[in-house]
Amino acid sequence: MAEIVLDKVTKRYPDGALAVQEVNLEIADGEFIILVGPSGCGKSTTLNMIAGLEDITDGELRIGGQRVNEKAPKDRDIAMVFQSYALYPHMTVKENMAFPLRLAKVDNATVEKKVKEAAEILDLSQHLDRKPSNLSGGQRQRVAMGRAIVRSPKAFLMDEPLSNLDAKLRVQMRTSVSRLQKQLGTTTVYVTHDQTEAMTLGDRVVVMRGGVVQQIGAPQFLYDQPANLFVAGFIGSPSMNFVPATLENGALRSIIGDVTLTDRIRQLVEAADAPREVILGIRPEHFEDAALVEPAKLSAGGKFTHQVDVLESMGSDKYAYFNLTGEQAASAELQELAADAGSDDVPGDGISLVTRLSSASGAVEGASADIWFDADKIQLFDPSNGRNLTYTER
Amino acid sequence: MAGIGGAETTGKKVGWGLLNAVVVIYALLPVLWIVSLSFKSSATLADGNFIPREWSLENYQNIFSTSEFTRALINSIGIALIATTIAVVFGTMAAYAIARLDFPGKNLLVGVSLLIAMFPQVSLVSPLFEIERSLGLFDTWPGLILPYITFALPLAIYTLSAFFREIPWELEKAAKMDGATPGQAFRRVIAPLAAPGVFTTAILVFIFCWNDFLFAISLTSTEQSRTVPVALSFFTGSSQFEDPAGSIAAAAVVITIPIILFVLFFQRRIVAGLTSGAVKG
Repeated sequence: MAEIVLDKVTKRYPDGALAVQEVNLEIADGEFIILVGPSGCGKSTTLNMIAGLEDITDGELRIGGQRVNEKAPKDRDIAMVFQSYALYPHMTVKENMAFPLRLAKVDNATVEKKVKEAAEILDLSQHLDRKPSNLSGGQRQRVAMGRAIVRSPKAFLMDEPLSNLDAKLRVQMRTSVSRLQKQLGTTTVYVTHDQTEAMTLGDRVVVMRGGVVQQIGAPQFLYDQPANLFVAGFIGSPSMNFVPATLENGALRSIIGDVTLTDRIRQLVEAADAPREVILGIRPEHFEDAALVEPAKLSAGGKFTHQVDVLESMGSDKYAYFNLTGEQAASAELQELAADAGSDDVPGDGISLVTRLSSASGAVEGASADIWFDADKIQLFDPSNGRNLTYTER
Repeated sequence: MAGIGGAETTGKKVGWGLLNAVVVIYALLPVLWIVSLSFKSSATLADGNFIPREWSLENYQNIFSTSEFTRALINSIGIALIATTIAVVFGTMAAYAIARLDFPGKNLLVGVSLLIAMFPQVSLVSPLFEIERSLGLFDTWPGLILPYITFALPLAIYTLSAFFREIPWELEKAAKMDGATPGQAFRRVIAPLAAPGVFTTAILVFIFCWNDFLFAISLTSTEQSRTVPVALSFFTGSSQFEDPAGSIAAAAVVITIPIILFVLFFQRRIVAGLTSGAVKG
């Protein structure tokens, strides 16, 4: 049990490459914190530095108030779960879980007791004498967790522990990881590239990009108030729509319709000293079939009419996809996000738009549809540096 | 077995069986011939029968009756075991470093060790002879152990580094996180997993040392350090006109036995796929 403090922690490789740049992070005792970002963003390096598997080039790392920069992993009293589980194949499940205790020279009776407890928590009691090669993926994952929890460390570090499981098991394990963490109340740092895991698991989420922390906050806050284009595009699935737009005398012109800015947004934009050309960001659920919107609200939002490219009915809602002609919103952040999603090489000009409509919508694939969006839910970004012009601490 | 393709399977089986039989007979016939010779009495030695008409242990009694062969046997076992142990221990350390660490001159080191392995041994015999004479190593155990290690090390490093590369590095990180020192991580996690590689290498190195003739004949001169392959070549019959073929055959059978034992003993430990289950997949 301990808090972990990263004070301007930096990692520079001998060849000069900067992997992590001045990360400041205070993790409270018992907190569940998620490091998230696309591959190569420095999240695993940060975790390895906390673990002691990589040296810290600059800055200070404190665990429980003590500087641990120079301490070997074994002296930091933290446990780690690896993406590949890294079970010892020549040992049984029981020996695997007992290994950290044996190294710590704990007496036999205590080892037996602790392993038994951990096995019960993780539902592994009947597999104790099997070798890892005879276990399923989910069971191996649980053994790896068991090895981490047996010695009640100060903190757990988890490096994408669920990414090797199939989709169904991953959802199941996600809830059990969450439950386990609440039950044990141990400080946990969890690395993932999956924004769903980040949203559902953490008390707080740290979004990283290119070794730099973009934003730290509760999942809902990151979703509602992304600090910049990168966070906006990364958090949320399906992700936020981005459309180039022009600000003119308190009105916003774009290909998806012109709107008058609401007072709240106008104040924010003025305070932020917004440029004329901006990027309009709007989440899929803030669209609606215009026919289903009350007339009073209808005028307070933007509206466009276009042919539905693809319509997916999920039962509870309908996802309508549009392909509008026009220039895509251009920015370094968006290109990086597209590259990470693997969609940068999908051919197609124009702006693709995802909208979530109510299931009562009469939209039909291939036919034209009237789509409305909520003018108070839009976010505006500065294309030159990706800053969110409508961001508030709230 | 049942169903379509049954006939084809049988045909294939017969084909493979025949092919295997040919290979086995081709490889083992000389060995069987030696065994057969070793059991023949001196009178029937040259009769050309495959199965001895007269079984006798005369040849075996002969070779063990003098110290010439027993002494050579002790030399061979001692020298080969010591050379194997040292080569495997150093080879393990070197291979581990090569597989895991990035250090300056790594490629050079690998290149040089490969060069040693490729160097024709016969060209080294005369310089080695001179060097060992002046150092007083000539005709001693270390005089043979040292060159054996030199030539066995590249072999050991090569085989072992391939095995070490197979072991997921994350296991070592996991051991460190579990509280192991680097030494404990190596002893309790890496070494047990590398065991099949170590045993394979040990077998190869042992066979290399055991079978060597060139160094053994050049760098020894007396019973004190002469190994079995050399001792065999010095066998004579009980009289000048007697053919020592029977004794040589018996000795050849005897020196094959340690190799077979060595391989059988270690083969049980060479379990393929020992690392399966460590990481996903």
